[in-house]
Amino acid sequence: MSINEKIPNVATKPDEAPMTKQAAALAVEAKREDIAVEEGKTVGLPYSDNPKFKLRNVEVFYGEERAIKNISLDIARNEVISFIGPSGCGKSTFLRCLNRMNDSIDICQVKGQLLLDDVDIYHSKRDVVELRARIGMVFQKPNPFPKSIYDNVAYGPRIHGLANRKSDLDEIVENSLRKAGLWNEVKDRLDATATGMSGGQQQRLCIARAIAVSPEVILMDEPCSALDPIATAKVEELIAEMSESYTIVIVTHSMQQAARVSHRTAYFHLGHLVEVNETDKVFTSPEHELTESYITGRFG
Amino acid sequence: MTDQRSQADIVRRSLKKRYRKEKRFRAYGVLAVSIALGALVILFADIIGKGWTGFIKTTITLEVMLDGDSMYLDDPTDADQRAMADFSAPIIAALQKQLPEVLEAGELRQLNRLVGSYGSNDIRDLLRAQPELLNTSQTLTFLASDAVSVYVKHSDNPSYSIRLSEQQQHWVDQLLAKGVIETKFNNVFFTSGDSREPSNAGILGALVGSLLTLIVTLAIAFPVGVAAAIYLEEFAPQNKFTDFIEVNINNLAAVPSIIFGLLGLAVIINTFGMPRSVPVVGGLVLALMTLPTIIISSRAAIKSVPPSIREAAEGIGASKMQVVLHHVLPLAMPGMLTGSIIGMAQALGETAPLLLIGMVAFIVDVPDGFFSAATVLPVQIYLWASSAEQGFIELASAGIMILLTFLISMNALAIWLRKRLERRW
Amino acid sequence: MQTANLLPLVLVLAVVAYFLAHSRSRAVAEPIGGIRNLKSLPFYYAARASLWCAIPALLVLAAWAGFEAKVIQMIVIGSLPPELAPDSAGRASLLLSQISNIASGRLSPEFAPEGVVAAAELLETLRAQSKTFMTILVLLIAVLGASFAWTRVAPHINAREKVEKTLLRIFFVCAAIAILTTLGIVFSVIMETFRFFQQIPFWDFITGTSWSPQMALRADQVGAEGAFGVIPLFTGTLLISVIALLVAVPTGLLSAIYLSEYASKRVRSVAKPLLEMLAGVPTVVYGFFAALTVAPFIREFAEMIGLTASSQSALAAGLVMGIMIIPFISSLSDDVINAVPQTMRDGSLALGATQSETMKKVIFPAALPGIMGGILLAASRAIGETMIVVMAAGLAANLTVNPLDTVTTVTVQIVTLLVGDQEFDSPKTLSAFALGMLLFVVTLLLNVIALKVVRKYREQYD
Repeated sequence: MSINEKIPNVATKPDEAPMTKQAAALAVEAKREDIAVEEGKTVGLPYSDNPKFKLRNVEVFYGEERAIKNISLDIARNEVISFIGPSGCGKSTFLRCLNRMNDSIDICQVKGQLLLDDVDIYHSKRDVVELRARIGMVFQKPNPFPKSIYDNVAYGPRIHGLANRKSDLDEIVENSLRKAGLWNEVKDRLDATATGMSGGQQQRLCIARAIAVSPEVILMDEPCSALDPIATAKVEELIAEMSESYTIVIVTHSMQQAARVSHRTAYFHLGHLVEVNETDKVFTSPEHELTESYITGRFG
Repeated sequence: MTDQRSQADIVRRSLKKRYRKEKRFRAYGVLAVSIALGALVILFADIIGKGWTGFIKTTITLEVMLDGDSMYLDDPTDADQRAMADFSAPIIAALQKQLPEVLEAGELRQLNRLVGSYGSNDIRDLLRAQPELLNTSQTLTFLASDAVSVYVKHSDNPSYSIRLSEQQQHWVDQLLAKGVIETKFNNVFFTSGDSREPSNAGILGALVGSLLTLIVTLAIAFPVGVAAAIYLEEFAPQNKFTDFIEVNINNLAAVPSIIFGLLGLAVIINTFGMPRSVPVVGGLVLALMTLPTIIISSRAAIKSVPPSIREAAEGIGASKMQVVLHHVLPLAMPGMLTGSIIGMAQALGETAPLLLIGMVAFIVDVPDGFFSAATVLPVQIYLWASSAEQGFIELASAGIMILLTFLISMNALAIWLRKRLERRW
Repeated sequence: MQTANLLPLVLVLAVVAYFLAHSRSRAVAEPIGGIRNLKSLPFYYAARASLWCAIPALLVLAAWAGFEAKVIQMIVIGSLPPELAPDSAGRASLLLSQISNIASGRLSPEFAPEGVVAAAELLETLRAQSKTFMTILVLLIAVLGASFAWTRVAPHINAREKVEKTLLRIFFVCAAIAILTTLGIVFSVIMETFRFFQQIPFWDFITGTSWSPQMALRADQVGAEGAFGVIPLFTGTLLISVIALLVAVPTGLLSAIYLSEYASKRVRSVAKPLLEMLAGVPTVVYGFFAALTVAPFIREFAEMIGLTASSQSALAAGLVMGIMIIPFISSLSDDVINAVPQTMRDGSLALGATQSETMKKVIFPAALPGIMGGILLAASRAIGETMIVVMAAGLAANLTVNPLDTVTTVTVQIVTLLVGDQEFDSPKTLSAFALGMLLFVVTLLLNVIALKVVRKYREQYD
């Protein structure tokens, strides 16, 4: 791949000398920063034949600081891909580039090529409203608007003018709530305020809210981190169902979750994309040493 | 999939209209900010436009023959003689020399109206101080009368009415051309108290009054405010009484200032029998008024001192009081000072409560102590602004400029202090 | 000696006491092995001596200064021969000012009754005696206090604890002054209001539609009754406040939204302090602006389009008051809008909403309770504002809603009734206190409600 060639090799190879497991762990813990991550070189299967997103040499700067370091990745149509990695590794930042949520941060600058269906996301003529209507997002903490359940789901269709009649809107709301598996729980109290629901319900409401605009992609930024195990199970079930009709990118802290819901898994480390592969492969036989240390719990 | 496509089309089609709305909303915002800032600009421009002439005085400089005969005076040291003497005669004679065409007695009287009514007082005071000047010729500078002053400064301003006859205007024009009538920097404004005559009135009395009042306010409000803040933040037990104090402070901060005037009138003046119109009472009332501001900002300053400092001092074995006095208070002091300066600026600009405790009296003398009758800057502005004499309007505006200068400097000082002494933890 | 001179003298004594106690504590410590064997540092023994010296003396001084005038007045009035004794409070105050004018030489004693002249002499002697006595007493107490503390400089006494306890008590008293102020306001207003309602029925005051507090001098004069109906004042106040809010709420709110959501950092850093400058301009300046610039402009403009406007129109006062309140509304709205969590914005923007849609449909409804609280606070400000209306609104109590007419307000009437010579106990003077009571109650209610609303709103997102 030509893109990998122009990247200078700054990292040094790790010392291959035999070490006890403990010593190795300590070394990893102590010298995480200078372990072999070749910038721009991702092991595994980062590319796809049928990409929804085609991302090349992506770099993100917060002022002077480089938060994402030369990442190239394809996200295939209708796949579920998980981003994992220790906190501060840049996985959320990278996710937010995909629907340009970083635009509102003044000092944040995105470089490289980001294509959605072969059209540049960051093109100056590109309309961010339209883009976001096509890419839904679910956040870490459930953030329902302080309105009724109905109004929360109807918000997107209303602002985009997707329903001409009240009955159309009712239908969209019902369908979205059904898809989010929430319909039976809330159909009798659509007028109740959303903030009165349980955390899990709120998050599924946020998913329903995102679905209501019929997006092509759904980005999920640690959607279960604020939820209890039962609610988490429900949301994961939902993700599995949705994978039939949407491309889903999910950032998660939980490796089990990534293993359960995603087709492919990408491991991020200090702004680098270290390894991308079939989920089974990442968790059973990781190729990169860092990935292995992470999934075996040496740090993170 | 088709569903997603068609929806994307709907979104695309609606975009134009939505962006128009977005633009309109933005424009409303710009408009609102412009209105607010425009009001500020108009306010300042209006005041400067009205008031800059307040810093200019109109003078008449004449070669005056202090002729004893024409004044009916031969011994300026004799008070009885001075009381009977006609000190305006030399001025009229001198003016007549400048305007040779004036001959008739009626016209002479008109001539006298060019010089302010204090002109003859100037000659009397001069002769009393230096009797040897009698029957000598002196070059003296007098303030022009208010009518002349208005004519010279505002003849092209339709909102001023010119109260000089055609004849008098003609004379003034001549004297202006000759350089006898001149406009100069109005030092009188900065060196004297109030007066019935605009050209003799000055702001010094009000400035000193404001200073005395603020000293009292600061002397009471700062220590009490800081002590109250320390108590509430550091020592107060969590109980109903503490809550009650807090509710009281918050509500006092929003009580209209005029109510404090009622308090001052009913309690301090009527019940305790303190005198009216004095800086002590004014300062006391303003102190009660600014106390909530100082308490609230001092508490915020104390709150911002990190607990680690307290823990460190307590760990060494310092008593709670020592922790507060040795560590918390010095660290919170910049914030407290900033809050107090802002409170003082509020007090300096306050008018309403002082009206009720009688600081509106017409006071000519510059106050010489905390118990002498005084007025303050904003009240002086109010008095001038509501005066019928048109010359006072420019004085009111000039006074406003001085008041605003003080307020802006105080606020700038507060901002500077905050920037300079602010600590980041 | 003057009270003003006695105060520094006591403070000097306190400083002297400090140094004496300080050296004594060291002297006491010497034989037992240095100051480390004292219970407290010398500083605390010294501080204790200062406190003992100053505090009781200052308390006595304050009490004396506060009650001196009243007590002397009572003695003087009591000394008057029965035929001169005043029969009413108003008469008493007249007599008193006559007596004190004679005593100070401003009034010639020749034309006064003999009893009054005698009273003036008595007043003079009492004042002199009181001053001497006060000076002796205060200084004596100061010295006694200091000597007591001096005797208490001993190794086994924990002076630090005592000093700290005293300081704590002082701090507590300072904090309690807020309550005393409120009590002072309430009592001063209630007492006079009560006396007012003894003369004018409460119901007439609250429901009367005519306000003309001028009491006639003779009972048979036309309109001798005076009218104390508060309705026209209230509508006037309301009219001006509503105009002010109509100006300030949209302008302030939209400015806050623009500056917090749209403006660049540079614009914000310039515009925000400038807006706050509007808040720092004293009200008397606004009053000047309203009376001398805005009001004439409105009158001329109204004439131009064929309307008649009074030269002191409610519109002028309201407009300028609105300008005054803009920064108030904008800074409160700014706080409230910024308190809406960022996740709400993100949620809406991620759905493809534009910034204005997010603002109008998500942030604004979420912030509405807080904004309402801010508006209530602003309304209470507008109602209590005095100088603008004193200078720009009129005195005529018209019952009208025409903004081009002259109206008067509660605050204007308070000022008019209480500035200048007052007749004691006349309903005219007392009515000002009843109006003050009304103003206090209304603004207090608005504030309490507003603070509750704002607090509830804050808790929602904490």
